[in-house]
Amino acid sequence: MARQIGEVILEVEDLHTYCFTRFGTVKAVDGVSFNLRQGEALAIVGESGSGKTMTALSLLQLQPRPAARIVKGSIRLEGEDLLQKTEEQMREIRGKRISMILQDPQTSLNPVFTVGNQLIEAIRNHHAGETGRSLVRRAIEGLKQVRVAAPERRVEDYPHQISGGMKQRVVGAIAISCEPKVIIADEPTTSLDVTIQAQYLRLLREIQEETNLALIFITHDFGIVAKMCDRVVVMYAGRHVESGPVRDIFNHPSHPYTQALLRSVPSMDEDVKRLYSIEGQPPALWDLPSGCRFAARCEYAQERCSSEYPPSFTVGLNGSTHSASCWRLREST
Amino acid sequence: MQRFIAIRFLQSLLALWVMSIIVFGLARLSGNPLEVMLPIEATKEDYARLEKYWGLDRPLHEQYFVFIKKALHGDFGDSLKYQGRSAMELVTERLPATLELAGFALLVSIVVALPIGVLAAAAKDGKWDTGAKIVALLGQSLPSFWLGIMLMWIFAVMLDWLPSSGRSGWKNLILPGITLGWFQVAVIMRLVRSSMLEVMDSEFVKLARVKGISESKVIWKHCLRNAGIAPLTYFAIIAGGLLTGSVVTETVFTWPGVGLLVVDAVRSRDFQVVQAVVILFAGIFILCNLLVDIMYAYLDPRIRYQ
Ligand SMILES: Nc1ncnc2c1ncn2[C@@H]1O[C@H](COP(=O)(O)OP(=O)(O)OP(=O)(O)O)[C@@H](O)[C@H]1O
Ligand SMILES: [Mg+2]
Repeated sequence: MARQIGEVILEVEDLHTYCFTRFGTVKAVDGVSFNLRQGEALAIVGESGSGKTMTALSLLQLQPRPAARIVKGSIRLEGEDLLQKTEEQMREIRGKRISMILQDPQTSLNPVFTVGNQLIEAIRNHHAGETGRSLVRRAIEGLKQVRVAAPERRVEDYPHQISGGMKQRVVGAIAISCEPKVIIADEPTTSLDVTIQAQYLRLLREIQEETNLALIFITHDFGIVAKMCDRVVVMYAGRHVESGPVRDIFNHPSHPYTQALLRSVPSMDEDVKRLYSIEGQPPALWDLPSGCRFAARCEYAQERCSSEYPPSFTVGLNGSTHSASCWRLREST
Repeated sequence: MQRFIAIRFLQSLLALWVMSIIVFGLARLSGNPLEVMLPIEATKEDYARLEKYWGLDRPLHEQYFVFIKKALHGDFGDSLKYQGRSAMELVTERLPATLELAGFALLVSIVVALPIGVLAAAAKDGKWDTGAKIVALLGQSLPSFWLGIMLMWIFAVMLDWLPSSGRSGWKNLILPGITLGWFQVAVIMRLVRSSMLEVMDSEFVKLARVKGISESKVIWKHCLRNAGIAPLTYFAIIAGGLLTGSVVTETVFTWPGVGLLVVDAVRSRDFQVVQAVVILFAGIFILCNLLVDIMYAYLDPRIRYQ
């Protein structure tokens, strides 16, 4: 079955998630908006600490509590406002309608329960009334779906008995076990070696094609973005700074930060002597400047940049979905 | 797994053997036992005769050999105070009472400490956590003899609900059990709380929540099973605390156990009995350690399958 991009199923608007700590308020997510369509693969890109994981956890309302709170914004899943849901109702959504593959698959399985047990737990939770035998069958089916060899035996294994790549697949199986509409994959490959990484990405794509689910792919690897995704949201210091179709972003990166990120991707054709890296550090999240957060590191920065936050400008023709928040774009339009 | 248990078993035997050397050594170091046994007016000949009788004139390694041979048969000599009774007999006679008390105290402390520790961790800085801190503070600052006397005064003297001494029924167990278990409540609770907090931060707990399972299952199944492993390693220390603690508690409540016996034996310099108790307590302590390791292996598959 071919993948078909359909209706918008997830709308995130102006999301703010702050961490209230003893040392002050950390604005981990400070204004993120994006839409996600059925069957689509959306990349969230940004350097470490830009709030990608916090954004993803906020969608499930699993931001580290009690310190972190969603203070503003809205999250709509198939038209329903998730921020109005009770904890009980959110539990029905987690795993069943939105699922997530956590950043570190090596430690995301509980060491004292078997693979089967952990898989069944996810299945049972959303298939009430099913009993032992049929649940085990479903678990084995699930492992088959993520191409685990000898799944009948694997269900009996404990996490420490299987390889890293296999754990990754098990975590994947848990995520898709209840046929969710949306899967968030948080840098799912950073801890794997290159060949296993490639295999896993292929698997994720195959699963997406089979089930037509929507994928949010968190990464800081533009190479993966090019291979896997349809659209990109670039985040910087808790805010999205540019978003649009992959091709547009690659061909016309319009925010200086995106341009810098793309320049730091090693290219296959050129023989680069030195990888480009962005000078300076991102601003402290508890002491953000009022203007553009990238201004201090930006080669085009003007006076206005550090005093006023730029709104989002459409890039290209009218009706384009490519937009970026940079004052330079105002001059060009 | 079998290999693991076999190795730990051999290690336990080794520990017991070292223990026997220490006990033997201490007995010789603490001076000539004959000075305690014989009256002041005893002559040189009396000393020589008894030395020969007890084998004290032979070289040390031979004496140790005899000591260990007898000890292996459970023979630690005869009690000096209770003529005609062997030290081991006296100790084993009292042992059930002590084990009963220690077991009950352990049960009380776990039943109280475990849920408080878990709830305190589940809502860090919440009301359970505050309560837990108070309990921990009280548990470690109230000496057990004082607590014992207070409990006795309130429940036995003023209210007359419970007996204050002796061992004639289950009611007798309550006050000494609480007194003995009280200190351990604080210890166990803090262990449970801290290892729960550590586990709750891990990725697999996040994954459990992502799966959409209920918070109580996350806490009581996913976290506790992992967090239970760490406090368990302290079980032997807790058991040790219960055994030594029984000395004070049994004295306060005249509970006829080994603790009361050993206080009595020390007072009357009944050295053979003291020795037997020390060896026995050490043996129990080492056995607890062994049990802990086996339980640990059972709870943690990473060890079970090595
Ligand atoms: N419990 C917390 N208390 C305070 N600050 C936190 C907490 N959790 C996360 N943060 C902060 O929130 C910010 C965003 O973190 P997040 O994990 O979302 O970054 P990320 O983009 O996923 O980075 P990475 O690529 O390293 O995973 C970071 O600066 C981090 O220090
Ligand atoms: Mg992250």
